[in-house]
Amino acid sequence: MTDTWIILGASSTIAKAFTRSVAQQGAAVILAGRRMDDLEANAADATARGAAQATPVAFDARRPETFDGVLHAALASGGRLNCAVFVGSMPPQAAIDADPALIDGTIADSFTGPARLLQMLAPHLAEQGSGAVVGVGSVAGDRGRLGNYVYGAAKAGFATYLSGLRNQLGRSGVHVLTVKPGPVDTAMIQGLGKQPFMTTAEAVVADIHTALRKKRNTLYTKRIWWPVMTVIKLIPEPIFKKMSI
Amino acid sequence: MSDDLITYAGWGRALRATGELRRAHDPASLKAHAPAIGNRRSYGDAALNSGGAAVEMTALDRVLAFDRDAGLLTVEAGLSLGEIIEITAPHGWLPAVVPGTGFATVGGAIAMDVHGKNHHHAGSFCQHVTALTLMQGAGPRRLTPADGALWRTTCGGLGQTGIITQATLSLMPVRGAMMLVTEQRARDWDEHIALLDGSDASFTVGWIDATATGATLGRGIVEEGEICRGIAPRLKAAKTVPFDAPHWALGKHVVKAFNAAYYHRVPKGGRSQVRALQDFFFPLDRVLAWNRLYGKRGFHQFQCVVPLGARDALRDMLGTITASGLASPLAVLKRMGPGRAGCLSFPMEGYTLAVDFPNRAAARSLIARLEAATTAAGGRIYLAKDALSSGAAIKSMYPEFPDWAKAARAADPEGALQTDLVRRLELRT
Repeated sequence: MTDTWIILGASSTIAKAFTRSVAQQGAAVILAGRRMDDLEANAADATARGAAQATPVAFDARRPETFDGVLHAALASGGRLNCAVFVGSMPPQAAIDADPALIDGTIADSFTGPARLLQMLAPHLAEQGSGAVVGVGSVAGDRGRLGNYVYGAAKAGFATYLSGLRNQLGRSGVHVLTVKPGPVDTAMIQGLGKQPFMTTAEAVVADIHTALRKKRNTLYTKRIWWPVMTVIKLIPEPIFKKMSI
Repeated sequence: MSDDLITYAGWGRALRATGELRRAHDPASLKAHAPAIGNRRSYGDAALNSGGAAVEMTALDRVLAFDRDAGLLTVEAGLSLGEIIEITAPHGWLPAVVPGTGFATVGGAIAMDVHGKNHHHAGSFCQHVTALTLMQGAGPRRLTPADGALWRTTCGGLGQTGIITQATLSLMPVRGAMMLVTEQRARDWDEHIALLDGSDASFTVGWIDATATGATLGRGIVEEGEICRGIAPRLKAAKTVPFDAPHWALGKHVVKAFNAAYYHRVPKGGRSQVRALQDFFFPLDRVLAWNRLYGKRGFHQFQCVVPLGARDALRDMLGTITASGLASPLAVLKRMGPGRAGCLSFPMEGYTLAVDFPNRAAARSLIARLEAATTAAGGRIYLAKDALSSGAAIKSMYPEFPDWAKAARAADPEGALQTDLVRRLELRT
């Protein structure tokens, strides 16, 4: 049976690299996102690179009425279902300070939108008794930092959600992988200056496939972020609140 | 927009630029405010913009359409030719022209109108481009060969008419994805030229031992290739050069010994072998960052083409090179056909010679002499390789330069797309 990968946020740089990697293995891909022209180009690319089928579908994490369409397209493909979540948005903290209403969209993009879709998908995954969910969070979700704590809070919520989903679906043989990338050379961080321990989308995707093969639960990529975040998590709050890292 | 300044170099690493590199992630938001660059496989300063910005195109690398019946492939300009081979070869198609590195992007291949080992049959890269999209100041514009002057200014046009965002390539049908390679020794210049002239193979190229002097001047190996069917061995992972080599790594005696061994590796009577396509097309791509072998000062490649009748002048140039003792193992001789698509396209019917030199004062003055000899022979030098020439020399070698300059001015009146090469050679002034 061929695999079907639902790819949420399929226009993102990491999603594009992930789509190619599963296309080369002959999977069917459901490319879900907001920009149909871009998704159609990604679908053509996936087909040329070996995807059994590539279907662009309109999906907006902030509009739950779009979720059914994604699910239908995936079920119609007839393959074994898998889902990879690459949605998320990171408005500058200063913009959120100026307009607190931006919080709703940030939380919907990174947490509640994909969580609701995964919840709709969960019974189907449980029924097939196999398959995988890849949820991309961020090292920013490990601690509330001065520069991006709303984004971090959304990613933290999503990580906790994935941990629960793993607990549930793991019992039926479905693997849930939480990915926590540090800065990746993508459009999202363009303009933020030089970032520590930067990696590339291709390297993140290679790490994701290794982690899936080894059935890892949580993946830090680059791996250096695991010790770094472990230390950061250990800093006592009275000290951390005075730091700006 | 990022305000980080970074220092980057052409492939030869002798010329560098400090400026802003903006990676394009979304073709819809692309603006023709700065020149586009790809994988920076031009040797000199063609992909550099000192003090300004450059748009890095390699993230725009999607296949937009692949018609497996007609052999038409539409891609974004940041896709590399090596990747295209991997995508199309399993379906019986190949790019009709590939240069010596698979890392070259489609945008770069068009802007340099590159040629390959089959130039004598297939012509240049842009002769197989059926359409392209340019992002100009006023917005995107689709071009085809029917566009006349703008097409001929864009093909081989150094990216001066707009940012090339997409192109449609007419692919070549192939009956396999392997190469049957026949190698023969050429004992001297005359034999080398005779083997190149006499070759009726689809792909032909000569490696020249640029350290051989006297009676053995011009000796080398002539490689002929025919695409065939076979089972491809797994390509070994590419290796990399992790640091800048010391300057003596490619010193005179090392090169001489290497070249002698390389020459004698092929038996006297020649041999035929089946190789992977990539090994034949892109032998040096198996060693990533091989340009670091030349040390931190970098190197120059001199590449010229002279008309068929000027072969003796080319032999004399080779004599000058061997007498200097400065050459590296990388030296190539090839017969070219007349095919070219643009006003500034390099090819002309004749013989092309390419030789690498470490970047030293003696090599730079040698290259100046070789360039003068090229002009005297009615030939020209290749802008994808050049780092040292002058505007006056280049303009005399490219008779269609005035047409190019006029159309480039019309296409980019603000001069926003100028590069270090364009300024050095005063092509837009």
